[in-house]
Amino acid sequence: MSVRINIKNARKQFGEVVVIPDLNLNIREGEFFTLLGPSGCGKTTLLRMIAGFNSIEGGQFYFNDTLINHMDPGKRNIGMVFQNYAIFPNMTVRKNVAYGLTNRKIPPAEVKKLTDEFLGLVHVDQYADRMPDRLSGGQQQRVALARALVIHPDVLLMDEPLSNLDAKLRVEMRTVIKNIQKSVGITTVYVTHDQEEAMAVSDRIAVMNGGVIQHVGTPKDIYQRPANLFVSTFIGRSNVLKGELMVKDEIPYIKLNSFEVPMLNIRPEYLGNQKITISVRPEELLMQKGEGDGIKATVDDSVFLGLNTHYFMHLEDGTEVESIQESTIDSIIPNGSVIRLMINTQKVNLFTEDGSANILIGVQNDIETQTREEG
Amino acid sequence: MVVKTRKKPDVWTTVSGFFLLFFALFLLYPLFGILKESIINPGGEFTISEFTKFFSQPYYSKTILNSFKVSIAITAATLLIGIPFSYFYTFYRLKGAKTLFVVSILCCMSAPFIGAYSWILLLGRSGVITQFLKNSLGINIGSIYGFGGILLVQALKLFPLVFVYMNGAFKNIDNSLLEASANMGCTGVKRFFRIILGLSMPTILAAALVVFMRAFADFGTPLLIGEGYRTFPVEIYNQYLGEGGGNHNFAAAISVIAIFVTALVFFLQKYATSKFNFSINALHPVEKKEPAGVIGVLMHVYCYLLAAVAFLPQLYIIYLSFRNSNQGVFLEGYSLASYEMAVKKLLGRSVKNTIVMGIGSLAIIIVFAILIAYLVVRRASFVSNTIDTMSMLPYIMPGSVIGIALVIAFGKKPLALTGTMIIMILALVIRRMPYTIRSATATLMQIPMSIEEASISLGASKMKTFSRITVPMMSSGIISGAILSWVSIVTELSSAIILYNNRNITLTMSAYVAISRGNYGLAAAFSAVLTVLTSVSLLIYLAVSKSEDIQL
Repeated sequence: MSVRINIKNARKQFGEVVVIPDLNLNIREGEFFTLLGPSGCGKTTLLRMIAGFNSIEGGQFYFNDTLINHMDPGKRNIGMVFQNYAIFPNMTVRKNVAYGLTNRKIPPAEVKKLTDEFLGLVHVDQYADRMPDRLSGGQQQRVALARALVIHPDVLLMDEPLSNLDAKLRVEMRTVIKNIQKSVGITTVYVTHDQEEAMAVSDRIAVMNGGVIQHVGTPKDIYQRPANLFVSTFIGRSNVLKGELMVKDEIPYIKLNSFEVPMLNIRPEYLGNQKITISVRPEELLMQKGEGDGIKATVDDSVFLGLNTHYFMHLEDGTEVESIQESTIDSIIPNGSVIRLMINTQKVNLFTEDGSANILIGVQNDIETQTREEG
Repeated sequence: MVVKTRKKPDVWTTVSGFFLLFFALFLLYPLFGILKESIINPGGEFTISEFTKFFSQPYYSKTILNSFKVSIAITAATLLIGIPFSYFYTFYRLKGAKTLFVVSILCCMSAPFIGAYSWILLLGRSGVITQFLKNSLGINIGSIYGFGGILLVQALKLFPLVFVYMNGAFKNIDNSLLEASANMGCTGVKRFFRIILGLSMPTILAAALVVFMRAFADFGTPLLIGEGYRTFPVEIYNQYLGEGGGNHNFAAAISVIAIFVTALVFFLQKYATSKFNFSINALHPVEKKEPAGVIGVLMHVYCYLLAAVAFLPQLYIIYLSFRNSNQGVFLEGYSLASYEMAVKKLLGRSVKNTIVMGIGSLAIIIVFAILIAYLVVRRASFVSNTIDTMSMLPYIMPGSVIGIALVIAFGKKPLALTGTMIIMILALVIRRMPYTIRSATATLMQIPMSIEEASISLGASKMKTFSRITVPMMSSGIISGAILSWVSIVTELSSAIILYNNRNITLTMSAYVAISRGNYGLAAAFSAVLTVLTSVSLLIYLAVSKSEDIQL
């Protein structure tokens, strides 16, 4: 049985240091939910609060309608996968997987059946009677996954499970994890600092920074309409430029140096002349040779990467920007060339000057929706 | 908003409480008793006259100086002979390297007086070598007694400590560091001093301090071979059981001074290790080279000669035990007469006592060490730290101090334990636990916390996790530490000499009694049994621990 997780006003402090001041989060039943953020942002701390390994200094944690704040970790019916796998080295693979079942006093025949089933599910059945030190990292991770899932937990928690694997295996294992999660249909909370990994596996992502959730949404929401400048720069790459918003004849424009372009999707409450921060991803800057409309820029360097070519440029005011263009058959634009840059106004994101909020229509941030609903 | 900062009390709170009580009763209370004895005269008045007596009369105060002098000399000598030995051993493919290793470990853990006793028989006034040189070559090698003798015996016994410590450090030197150094034009001897020794500095320091403390607290060697060169631990014993019936107050005062000195050294060591601690870890360990040419031969000669000389006393004792003898003189011919006499002189009882007390105290040590290691590593707190520090203190305290402290504390009701096996076991537990605690702690630190969390999240209780997961994973560390504890228990002399009596005599004590009564054949027989017992234990240890990274 899967559960939904509701966290209200969670607070965590170690001694005097407040790691999580006041956090609210709803995780839906059966979804693959990822906590994403730089190291030290509190994502692992939050996961360990859900698991019961960290004390909770304030707030309420619910699995469905059950308050779990003071429940023993072993009673929460959680499957957990650790960064270092935490396989018991003194037990065979089979005993590792069966460990949780024997603790639940399940009859031996049933234990055997379930263990076999899950060893098969993660494709390590042929290693069942080996000791773990004779398995590779990827195989150990599969055993850890089987061990966590075999007890039919209500929630699966995963703490950076792929960070100890090499790049190729990481990509392979994230597909394995996602497929197994879908087939078991269990509510999963996944912690990572790797934004690409987060996008690849998650139904929804919560981007955290400094113990505060910045944005909760689908990978697409978060990438395309990040709630604030932090999310925009943490997910993918972004050029951050200083500009102005001007309203002329009731039509809003972005003004960047001498360049102006109309923006029609500004949220009404932000309409008005003001300084803004513009976040343009490299692929959203279109380069045009020669004179014409656009932002004047000088090419400093370029890197040919096959499919794409990266250009490094500076604007008239000295700001450095980066652009990715699809490689063309004719020659690369030489260093020193003066070109014009156009902004893809469909995709660009505009923030208040301090970067704290996106001023465009279409930002989907579940954390705000949730707060509004709860009023 | 409720802010909880205190952890809920659980089983471990009780365990902490138990250890606080244990150490308070069996360590702090006795030490306090010594302090009281040292400043309260038999008339019940406060006095510092015993301290003034010690410091104002050079006859006594000189013993401290003597101890420092000889310990520093021993430390320097062990570094001087141990570092090259370890360097050849780690960087070159020596023939029979394993034998060299095993032999050095055997030397290091032999009973405290066997080396001294055997060297006396070899180089003493009527020693075999002395006589041979004098009679056939006319060479007089001079006296082995005193400073030189202590230095010789202890340097040969303790250099393996440096060897083992340095092996660990040398093995962790990354080959690329040496290549980088060669790349910058620093090779050969210059590289050895600037890079290899430079990188091993923290270890050299640690090894030096361990050797120093062992040498400082050593009792058996100076007792036998020191003669006029009086050291501190021996003086404590002499004052306690001295010819004139002993002066308990004065012995207590010296003990207090000893405690201060050793505590000082202990905290100095803690400070030094935390200060000079940088970790190196070799991704590319240095490949062992083939020792070639004259240098290669010299290396082998050096290593084998050193190991042979260090091992000689033990072999010689075993050899002597089969010689015919009459009291202080060894006669021609071989027989088992010494052993027959030993059997009459309580050999059976000594062995039985040794084994019973050894196993009894070892069992307690293992249980305590596991629990203390867990408290220290997983439940770090002020209380756990206090327990840790208290448990480590006896490691460097002279054994006679602990013996005297226990006698003073438990010589009278309500806890009259003097003369019982219990008090000897207590002394052994307190004194020899640190080995096991240290190796158990080191092992537990290697075990990631998440393994236990995994077990708990899979529904196992804290106690079940501890017994099913944590303890089995610690077992290798516990076993290796326990064997070292065992060997040091079996060879215990300095506290036993204060606490023993005829009923609970041990092998070590039997051997010592025979030596002190001048019954050399008997002494050789007891010592031989003891040597074989410790050697077998150590060989088991080396087989169990497999790796050479042992904690001595």
